[in-house]
Amino acid sequence: MELEKQKLLLMYRNMLRIRRFEERLAEESALGNIPGLLHLYVGEEAVAVGACSALRKDDYITSTHRGHGHCIAKGGELRKMMAELFAKETGYCKGRGGSMHIAAPEIGIVGCSAIAGAGIPIAAGVGLSSRLRGTDQVCVSFFGDGASNTGAFHEGMNLAALWDLPVVYILEHNLYAISTPAAKSSKLKNISDRAAAYGMRAAVVDGMDVLSVYEAVSEAVGRARKGQGPTLVECKTYRFRGHHEGDPKKGEIYRTKQEMDEWEKLDPVPRLGDRMIKEKKATQAELDTIDQEVTKEIEDAVAFAKESPSPKPEDVMSYLFVSEK
Amino acid sequence: MSETRELDFAEAIREAIRQEMLRDKTVIVLGEDVGKFGGIFGCTKGLQAEFGEERIRDTPISETAIVGAAVGAAVTGMHPIAELEFMDFIGCPMDQVFNQMAKIRYMFGGSMKVPVVLRTPAGSRYPVACGAAHHSQSLEAWFMHVPGLKVVTPSMPYDAKGLLINAIRGDDPVLFVEHKLLYYAKRMASLRGPYPTLIQKVPEEPYAIPFGNADVKRLGEDITVIATMMMVHKSLRVAEELAKKGISMEVIDPRTLVPLDKQAIIDSVKKTGKVIVASEDTKRAGVGAEIAAMIMEEAFDYLDAPVKRVSALDVPIPYAPALESTVIPQEKHITEAVLEVVGQKN
Repeated sequence: MELEKQKLLLMYRNMLRIRRFEERLAEESALGNIPGLLHLYVGEEAVAVGACSALRKDDYITSTHRGHGHCIAKGGELRKMMAELFAKETGYCKGRGGSMHIAAPEIGIVGCSAIAGAGIPIAAGVGLSSRLRGTDQVCVSFFGDGASNTGAFHEGMNLAALWDLPVVYILEHNLYAISTPAAKSSKLKNISDRAAAYGMRAAVVDGMDVLSVYEAVSEAVGRARKGQGPTLVECKTYRFRGHHEGDPKKGEIYRTKQEMDEWEKLDPVPRLGDRMIKEKKATQAELDTIDQEVTKEIEDAVAFAKESPSPKPEDVMSYLFVSEK
Repeated sequence: MSETRELDFAEAIREAIRQEMLRDKTVIVLGEDVGKFGGIFGCTKGLQAEFGEERIRDTPISETAIVGAAVGAAVTGMHPIAELEFMDFIGCPMDQVFNQMAKIRYMFGGSMKVPVVLRTPAGSRYPVACGAAHHSQSLEAWFMHVPGLKVVTPSMPYDAKGLLINAIRGDDPVLFVEHKLLYYAKRMASLRGPYPTLIQKVPEEPYAIPFGNADVKRLGEDITVIATMMMVHKSLRVAEELAKKGISMEVIDPRTLVPLDKQAIIDSVKKTGKVIVASEDTKRAGVGAEIAAMIMEEAFDYLDAPVKRVSALDVPIPYAPALESTVIPQEKHITEAVLEVVGQKN
């Protein structure tokens, strides 16, 4: 797939925004500025950016406990993201949600859930809603290999396939459910083999290559938009950091240093950068400029978050209901 | 002018759904057997023929997908009515109910609305049918404990129609609990006899009853019985009997457990000074416990006697009629409790 330079540069920028955002989160967390848990997406950026690059602003996503990447890729503002993580009133969810619960309906982020698999049936409902409202909006639902073993996966996949709903399921296969290797959770090497059992299309792609993800998801989104039903896109990927920031030695207890090093060689950010330089679609100087701009954007987001007010205790009961009656 | 017909509970529910579907194209129904079959208790009978398969959707036996899909549709502009065939099945989609549907609005800082109405039949069908452990439970107290859910427990056709319309027109997630015995009134003369209040005059035009408004089903002076769902009808029957003995029972139906009309309860406590809470859920940490504790906190000085609970025994619901009628509170249990509290033993 031949992509124009601007689109490639935007993908590069968005992957870098996720990377630098999360690297900064790890630092701020170590400094005690972030009160909650952090499940970082570092290493998996190609999946979120490849998938969301295939979407329109009015398309939807559902996301997970490891959702910063999805939200940024879907157009989330770094200021509001950072402020949410700093537990501030100016965050996406006014400090009520935190890292694992970000939503931004104005850009189609219908929410991150920290319950593995919960977004899968919800995405089916979003797809149903698009169809019944007569729009051609598509919903992309991100989840991990761990979530694929929940009952919600089975029920949601079956319903989406049965009703030909405009949903693209993106299975981020990063090989571990916290510490448990995928091989100890399922017989299948490719979990997307299950799609056939639901009468659903499937694709398996290199999740460390943003262009492969983009291509497969674009095709799936195109079909979904035309009313041709859902697809399960399995992206083979890897998280470079631990399950969460408290995971000792980035998970070396349950995975080998050698394995981690091998996957790091596939780092999707330099991989796209190197390719663009090789194909003369970008110069090193252009990429460096992007990095500088992104770093500045992160600085600005951190400053915004730090200056922002905390939610007021007297407002703790707000937002429970739309109406008391 | 509005025509007033006599409807039973299921007819009132069906009329509310139908009228709201005519009013608002975003209202849809999804659940098991809700289509051609008309719902396991007939509450959606005829609606698929009128509104089509897209809006009245039969689903697989996938409670998680039913509630999850309703949530996804609700946060993107639809007003789904999801039906769980029996409340006993609500453990299956529990995550979608208490972690997603209930929490989405709050945890996302008010950025979304989740207008799902989750209808589900609860309660024991003794003496009509013995449903045993997995088709008889009243689990509404579980959901009173979940911030973010409204819990609606109508007892009569008029209330059922108005409360359901209010639920559908509202923008919040509602658990709408329907006691199964209420459905049988037109089919079974044996129920209509003792419980004439199961069938009521119901206005034909749509109307909404706002949540948090208790209804005094019978005025009285000596004792307040706060009753829910089928226990309202049982309490009214007891009140009729005890009136002959000179005991004046007030019967209050909260109609919604969340929000709870505390003021109506407190006002009645001030008048009578004696309270019984009659509900069909199991006693421990149940509806009665919550209401009794609220009265202790907010109206203790007006009490002349301890609040007493009449509720199910803390066991699974057994099959044998002799056992089920022991577990599920009957009129005699209410009568005994009233006589004990007013201090007039038989």
